[in-house]
Amino acid sequence: MRELGFFLAVSFLAAFALLDGFDLGAGMLHRIVARDERERRTVLAAIGPYWDANEVWLLAAGGVLFAFYPAVLAAGLSGFYLAIFLLVWGLILRGISIELRHHGDEPLFKSFLDSLFVLASTGIALVLGAALGNIIRGVPLDADGWFALPLFGTFWPGPQSGTLDIYTISVGLFTVAALAHHGAHFLVWKTEGAVATRSARLATLLLPVVVVGAIALFGATFIVQPALQQAFWSRPWIVLFPLFAAAGLGVLFRKAGSPLGKFLASNVFLGASLAGIAAGLFPVFLRSTGEGPNLDLSMAAPPESLAAIAPVFLVGIPLAMFWFAMLFRIHRGKAHAAEGHDGY
Amino acid sequence: MSDPLFWHRIQFAFTIVFHYLFPQLTMGLALLLVILWRRAHRSEDAIDRETARFWTKVFGLNFALGVVTGIPMEFQLAANWGAFARWSGGVVGQTLAMEGLFAFMLESAFLGLLVFGEKRLSKRMHFAASCALFVGSWLSGYFIVTTNAFLQHPVGHAFAANGRLRMASFPTFLFNPWGLVQYAHTMVASVVTASFVVAAISALWLLRASTAPEDSRARPHAERSLALAAHVGLIASILVAFPTGDLHAKMVAKHQPATLAAMEGRFESGAAAPLALIGQPNVKEKRLDNPIVLPGALSFLAYGTFHADVPGLDAFPENERPTNIEALYYAFHLMAGIGTLQIGLFALTNLLLWRKRLFQTTSILWAHLLAFPAPYIATTAGWMTAELGRQPWIVYGLFRTADGASPKVHAGSTLFTLLGFCGLYFVLGLAFLYLLFKMINHGPVGPAASRGAETIAPEVPHA
Ligand code: HDD
Ligand code: HEM
Ligand code: HEM
Repeated sequence: MRELGFFLAVSFLAAFALLDGFDLGAGMLHRIVARDERERRTVLAAIGPYWDANEVWLLAAGGVLFAFYPAVLAAGLSGFYLAIFLLVWGLILRGISIELRHHGDEPLFKSFLDSLFVLASTGIALVLGAALGNIIRGVPLDADGWFALPLFGTFWPGPQSGTLDIYTISVGLFTVAALAHHGAHFLVWKTEGAVATRSARLATLLLPVVVVGAIALFGATFIVQPALQQAFWSRPWIVLFPLFAAAGLGVLFRKAGSPLGKFLASNVFLGASLAGIAAGLFPVFLRSTGEGPNLDLSMAAPPESLAAIAPVFLVGIPLAMFWFAMLFRIHRGKAHAAEGHDGY
Repeated sequence: MSDPLFWHRIQFAFTIVFHYLFPQLTMGLALLLVILWRRAHRSEDAIDRETARFWTKVFGLNFALGVVTGIPMEFQLAANWGAFARWSGGVVGQTLAMEGLFAFMLESAFLGLLVFGEKRLSKRMHFAASCALFVGSWLSGYFIVTTNAFLQHPVGHAFAANGRLRMASFPTFLFNPWGLVQYAHTMVASVVTASFVVAAISALWLLRASTAPEDSRARPHAERSLALAAHVGLIASILVAFPTGDLHAKMVAKHQPATLAAMEGRFESGAAAPLALIGQPNVKEKRLDNPIVLPGALSFLAYGTFHADVPGLDAFPENERPTNIEALYYAFHLMAGIGTLQIGLFALTNLLLWRKRLFQTTSILWAHLLAFPAPYIATTAGWMTAELGRQPWIVYGLFRTADGASPKVHAGSTLFTLLGFCGLYFVLGLAFLYLLFKMINHGPVGPAASRGAETIAPEVPHA
C-alpha cells in the first residue's frame, strides 16, 4: 500500500511532466515558431483543448501526496515556500496568458500576453527542474521532519546552499531545453505549414543540446547524490531506464519517421529519465542533508487511511485515462487557427 | 506583526475569498448552460444558439479565473498550513485527492469539448459535454465542501498512535450530515449568484434597447435569458433560505453552540432567545447596543420552539469562543438580510413576468442591474460566518488554528507572498472586469453567429 502511494505520486508527476511538458515547451517557443496572428492562433489551438487538463495531473499528484504522504507534502511545500509560490504565480500567469487572449482584440494586448506566455512557460519549467534537482540533492531536514531553505545561498551544493545552487540551476536549465524540445516535436505533429517547419528546425537544433545536457547531468548527479550510485549497484536493473531514455533520443536522430513517432520518442526519453530517477531514489521522497532522518515510505498516512483511498484510484485512473483518450481522439488531426478563435 | 500566523490567516482568507468569486458563478451557470444548450439544440433557433454561446463565453472567462486562482489554494493548504496538513492528511487528503482525480479532470476535459467542439461533435455529444461539465463542477463543489464540513464538524475519523488523524469510516466522512446540508446550501447559493448575473446583464441590454432603440439587437436574447433567470432565481432564492439555510442554522446550533451565540451577539444564556434584526455587538460591555429584536425567534430557528434554552457566550470558556465576534455577527446578518431581500426582488420579477410587463418596467430592470453584487456579498459573508465561526479551531474541537501553521515559514516570507498575491490579483481583477464588460458590450450577436450558426469564421490576421 505504501509503495502504491509512491508509485502513484511518481506516475502522476511523470504524466504531468510529459503532458504539461508539451504545452510548456510550445509556450516557450511560441513567439519564435509563430510570427503572425494566424500562426499564433494555430499554436494556441494546438494546445488549447489540453493544457488545463494536463495541469490537473499536478493537482492530482498533490492530492495523492496529501492523502498518502501528508508529512512529505507539508515538509516539501513549506520548506521550498518561496520557490513554490514562484511556481504558483507562474502557473497563474501562464493560464491567464492563454485564456484571456482570445477575449481581447487589441493587437498590443495579444502581443503582451504572447510574451507573458513565453516568460511564464520558461519560468515554470525552470522552477520545476530546480525542484527536481533539490529532490535529488537533498534538503536539511530537522529532527521533527521540517526544513526551510532560502532561495539561494553559496550556490555550491552543500550544507550552505539554498534552493538554487549550480547543480539545481543546471537541472532547471536542462529542463527548459528538454521541454522546449518536447514542445517542438508536439508542434510538428499537431500543426502544418510554417509553424511546423520552424518547429522541426528548432527540434533539430535543440536535440544536441539535450543530449549533451543529459550526459553531463547524468554524471553530475552521481557526484551530487552518492546514494543514487549505491542504488544502481544494489538494483542493477535500474540501468534499463537510462538505456530506454537513450534509445528514445536515438530515434530522434533519424531523418525518417512520422511526426507522431518522434513526439512519442521524446515522451519515452522524458518518461524513462524520470522513472530512472524515481527508481534510484526509492523508497526516499526527500533525502536529508541535516540531522533529521530521510522522509521515506515510513512517513505514510496510517494504514486505515490508505486502505480507504486506494480503491478510489482503481476507479479514478481508468476514468481519467478514458477522458484523455477521448480528448485526444476528438481533437485528432492538425490544429487550425480558426479553432483558436474565440468560438465562444 | 512578526507572528507568521497572522499573515497566514490574512493570505488564506484573501486568496480564498478571491477564488470563490469565480466558482460560485460557474457552478450555478453550469446548471443554466445545460438548460440553454438543450433548448438551443432542440429549437435549432439562431437566437437560442447565440444566447447559449454567449453564456458559455461568460462561463469560460470565469472558469479560467476559477482555475488559476484555485491552484494556489491547493498549494497553500500544505505550504502555509503544513502542521495542519501533516496532522490531518490521513482524512482530509482523501477528498482533495478525489477532487483532483475525478472532478477537475472531468471539468477541464469537457470544457475543452464544449468550447472547441461545437463543430466537431454531434449535437447529442455536445449536449453531453455540457452535462459532464455540470457534473464535474458540482462534483468538485461536493468534494471541497465535504472537506470543509469535516473542519466544521469532524466525523468518521480516529487517531493513529502518533496522534495524527486516520480514517475510521470512509462513508461516514464522505456523507457527513453537516456536509450534506452545507452542500445543498452552497450549491443553491451559487445558482442564486448565476441567476443574478444573468438577470443583471440581460437587464442592461434591455435598458439599452429602451433608451437607444437602434441598439436592440440583443433584445430577444435578453428577454429569454431574463425569463429563465427569473424562474430559476426565485426557486433558488427560496431554497437558499428555506430549507437549506434554516437547516444549516440548526446544524450550527447543535454542533457549534458557541458560534451561534456569537453570530447572534448573544452574550447571556437563557430561555426564549430573541433574534436580533439590527444592533451592534458591544463585546467589551457584553451586550447588543440599539437592538431591534424578534422575541423568541432565535429559540424557534435553532430548536423549533419559542421557549428553548439557547446558551450565550457566557456558557463557554474564554478560549473556546470565536475570536472575532463583531465580524462574525455582521457577516451572518448581512447574509441573512440579503437573502430575505432577494426573495422579494425575484418574487416581484416573476409577478411582472407573469403579467407580461417585466421587459418594459425600467425600475425593476434597474434594480436587477444594480443588485448583481448582492449574492457575491451574501456568499462571501456566509463563508466569513462559517470560517470565523469555527475559530479558534481549524478542526472544530480537535485542532487549534494557532497550531496549524508551517513551523519554519517566517512572517517575512508570508508577507512577501501576500503582497505578491495582492498585486497579481489586483491586475487579474482589472483584466477580468475589462474583458467582461467588453463581452457584455459586444453582446450575444457576434460576427461568428451572423455568418451562420455552424461556421466559426477565422479572424483576418493583422498584418
Ligand atoms: C447567495 C448566498 C447566500 C444567501 C442568500 C444565504 N446564504 Fe447562508 N451561506 C452561504 C450563502 C448564502 C454560503 C456561502 O454558501 C455558506 C458559507 C459556508 C457554507 O457552507 O455556505 C453559508 C453559510 C450559512 C450558515 C453556516 C454558518 C456556519 O457554518 O457557521 C448558516 C447558518 C446560514 N448560511 C444560514 C443562512 C440563512 C438562515 C439564510 C437566510 C436567508 C442564508 N443563509 C442566506
Ligand atoms: C471549502 C473548502 C475550504 C477549506 C478546506 C477551508 C479551509 C480553511 C483553513 C485551513 C483555514 C485556515 C485556518 C483557520 O484560520 O481556521 C481557513 C481560513 C479561512 N477561510 Fe476557509 N476554507 C474553505 C473555504 C472557504 C471559502 C470558500 C471562504 C470564503 C469565501 C473561506 C474563508 C476563510 C477565511 C476568511 C479564513 C480566515 C479565518 C481566520 O483565520 O480568522 N474559506 N479556511
Ligand atoms: C466552497 C469552496 C470552493 C468551491 C465550491 C470550489 C469550487 C471550484 C470549482 C467549481 C472549480 C472549477 C473552476 C471553476 O469552475 O471556476 C474550482 C477550481 C479550483 N479550486 Fe476551488 N472551490 C472552493 C474552494 C477551494 C479550495 C479551498 C481549494 C483548495 C484547497 C480549491 C482549489 C481549486 C483548484 C486547484 C481549482 C483549479 C482546478 C482546475 O484546474 O480545473 N478550491 N473550484
